[in-house]
Amino acid sequence: MVRARVAKAGSERGVRLPSRPGLSDMAQTITSQKNMTFGEVGAAAAFAALAVLSIVVAAKAYTPEYAFHAYLFAAGSLWAVFKILDRYYDRPADLPPLEIAGKPNYSMGPVRFATVAAMVWGIAGFAVGLLAALQLAFPVLNLDLPWLSFGRIRPLHTSAVIFAFGGNVLIATSFYVVQRTCRARLAGDIAPWFVVLGYNFFIVIAGTGYLLGITQSKEYAEPEWYADLWLTVVWVAYFLVFLGTVMRRKEPHIYVANWFYLAFILTIAVLHLGNNAAVPVSLFSPKSYIVWAGVQDALVQWWYGHNAVGFFLTAGFLALMYYFIPKRADRPVYSYRLSIIHFWALIFLYIWAGPHHLHYTALPDWAQTLGMTFSVMLWMPSWGGMINGLMTLSGAWDKLRTDPVLRMMVVSVAFYGMATFEGPLMSVKAVNSLSHYTDWTIGHVHSGALGWVAYISFGAIYCLVPWLWNRKGLYSTKLVNWHFWISTIGIVLYISAMWVSGILQGLMWRAYTSLGFLEYSFIETVEAMHPFYVIRAMGGALFLVGALMMAWNLWKTITATEAAAPEGQPALVPAE
Amino acid sequence: MSLWNKHAILEKNSIILVIGVLIVIAIGGLVEIVPLFYLKSTIERVEGVRPYTPLELAGRNIYVREGCYNCHSQQIRPLRDEIERYGHYSLAAESMYDRPFQWGSKRTGPDLARVGAKYSDDWHRDHLKSPKSVVPGSVMPAYPWLAETELKADTIADDLKVQAALGVPYSAEMIEKAVSDLKAQATTDDPDADALQKRYPKALARDFDGNPQRITEADALIAYLQMLGTQVDFKLYDDKANIR
Amino acid sequence: MIDTYKALAGFAQTWGLLYFVGLFLIVVAYALSPSRKARFEEAAHTPLRED
Repeated sequence: MVRARVAKAGSERGVRLPSRPGLSDMAQTITSQKNMTFGEVGAAAAFAALAVLSIVVAAKAYTPEYAFHAYLFAAGSLWAVFKILDRYYDRPADLPPLEIAGKPNYSMGPVRFATVAAMVWGIAGFAVGLLAALQLAFPVLNLDLPWLSFGRIRPLHTSAVIFAFGGNVLIATSFYVVQRTCRARLAGDIAPWFVVLGYNFFIVIAGTGYLLGITQSKEYAEPEWYADLWLTVVWVAYFLVFLGTVMRRKEPHIYVANWFYLAFILTIAVLHLGNNAAVPVSLFSPKSYIVWAGVQDALVQWWYGHNAVGFFLTAGFLALMYYFIPKRADRPVYSYRLSIIHFWALIFLYIWAGPHHLHYTALPDWAQTLGMTFSVMLWMPSWGGMINGLMTLSGAWDKLRTDPVLRMMVVSVAFYGMATFEGPLMSVKAVNSLSHYTDWTIGHVHSGALGWVAYISFGAIYCLVPWLWNRKGLYSTKLVNWHFWISTIGIVLYISAMWVSGILQGLMWRAYTSLGFLEYSFIETVEAMHPFYVIRAMGGALFLVGALMMAWNLWKTITATEAAAPEGQPALVPAE
Repeated sequence: MSLWNKHAILEKNSIILVIGVLIVIAIGGLVEIVPLFYLKSTIERVEGVRPYTPLELAGRNIYVREGCYNCHSQQIRPLRDEIERYGHYSLAAESMYDRPFQWGSKRTGPDLARVGAKYSDDWHRDHLKSPKSVVPGSVMPAYPWLAETELKADTIADDLKVQAALGVPYSAEMIEKAVSDLKAQATTDDPDADALQKRYPKALARDFDGNPQRITEADALIAYLQMLGTQVDFKLYDDKANIR
Repeated sequence: MIDTYKALAGFAQTWGLLYFVGLFLIVVAYALSPSRKARFEEAAHTPLRED
């Protein structure tokens, strides 16, 4: 009853406040004549202007590396203009309807693209991570080449896994989940495509930039000013598409996963603008200087850096948890009310935690204390969320035995719990004085990144691919099982090696002889790390092997010739 | 209440959510960041910290380009072992002209906050070319191209100009003389070195890379490394005066 | 300067604390209020309904 009324209100609303494609819909039914939409004209004109600007910049660039990027921008813009016109000539006069026979006409093309991109970038990012790990164990692998040296490879790895892999997972799943839980077609006509293609173009610019030596050297915010500006435009479009879809929803309530997605999109926008406030040396130079300096820059950076963890790698992926685990387990989330408290407490507390990256530095003590206090408090909402995710399985634990995809997602929540217990612990100043600057931090990050972020992403992608390509199920469940176990062994090797090397290193740095002298020279502590770096690389290699098996499995699923599941129906795999 | 009104509330909900999220995330950030700019105690008052010379800045930009922060911190904590290993703990004032800051978060290699004057120029040159030649157990990549690449210096005045606009005390004279200052600092016994040192006290002026024929990226990077942490004279610095 | 800091810290540790606890209680009340129970239960089923 309630739903029917709301559905009616929803359709009324569609008439009263049509969004852009809706408006052109109407215009076209009235005139029944093919016209370019405002979006098509505007985007084509903007890209044409960008192409001209890029060519001018390329001609006058201070460095050849920057000229190369300007040419990439020019080529990309020209391709976009061509694509927009080409699509216009190919498409019917009317834009796709919002609904077909009373059912939402979902737009899944951009979701499919971002899903494939996530898998491709994921494997690239894991492979580069393995190279970086091997370089630390065997420095000869730097090959004395500028673009292969560790200092350029490591940001390539972090950006590839966080922003390229993680970012595409978030865009793909957010576009999927927001449509499904709002029962509404994605807002915008070319806007969703602009978001996925524009975001991946940003990744290409950022990644090639690092290799060519274009970087701000601000951790996890390395891209230079022009890449940052481009990302800002893409991100605003992302926000508008997401919000526009929420606003045309047919469901009365905004499902909690969308709250987390919205908080992630908004907060990342604020953080990105704050931390990248820089003035370029010239329009023709890739180099910029940040408006903050020294201690202020340090705090702004870790306000950004920690909340990239909090809102990109946590809030965003919690949205995955709140959609894909209930969906896969076929039961509602354990406590919807807990999820609301979880949401507000998490986003409120996370934003304060940044200063724990700056314990005992020249940052004033009061800021360090605030950061530590809130980091410890964060433990509570984190575990509240973990309990909510795990308990969703209550009464259905047997599914873990038969469904390795669900198992992967549940284990990811367990890793989330572990990492969010370790995090507050490491933010305590006494612990931090030992752990900071060591591999313990690297191990901690990877228990979150491999265990939590990658596993929940793998689980979501395993769910999504059969749904998106209308397959009954995955090509091989057995292969998922192998992926799960191989990569789990990889994670365990990785994080235990880093715990041992981190704590060992921290203790060696502060070891004293009986005469009161420092016991070890720095290089002795470096040499002591070697065996652990080898073990870590082995762990990373196993993780990469697992991801390759996954890619193969998905490829076979998509290209399988079996009869497709009924159109539009997500093919749920029953637990056998 | 008509359906119409009821829907208006739902419609607004997503906006309320957006505003709510913005308010909630603004609180923590503002409370922590804003006071740093207003509390004068954030940055100690010390003698000796000056902006980078054009050559040092060019060297710092190479440090930034190569991502040295991935393995080297520039922040000594006030812990006994760190002070004994690296020297006096780092002051906020010592990085007041650092854009971006390079405190780092990982010590795969040692801290560099006070590496200046610890090793000879020759040591640095050999170390950059092949770290294992001077530190056999090192896992640092080799940077042989630095000593072979001519330093691109013709636009360095633009860099100073932008920094001056952001509040770094570069005078019009410093900007005007940027290129000649850079060349003077990278040359042993250059006649302009006195003028350079008047503008930038304690600036070291010599051929850093062992190749007087040309000014390379190694010249700039070594000039930067050799001044790191040397500006404040800790014999004169009073720890107690700046208790925060 | 120290005085400004002390005054601010004093304010934060009393009124600030009360304010945040109040905000938290509002969220908890919102989430747990019996009148919203049915709505939230309905919402929890959103992902499971097929269209």
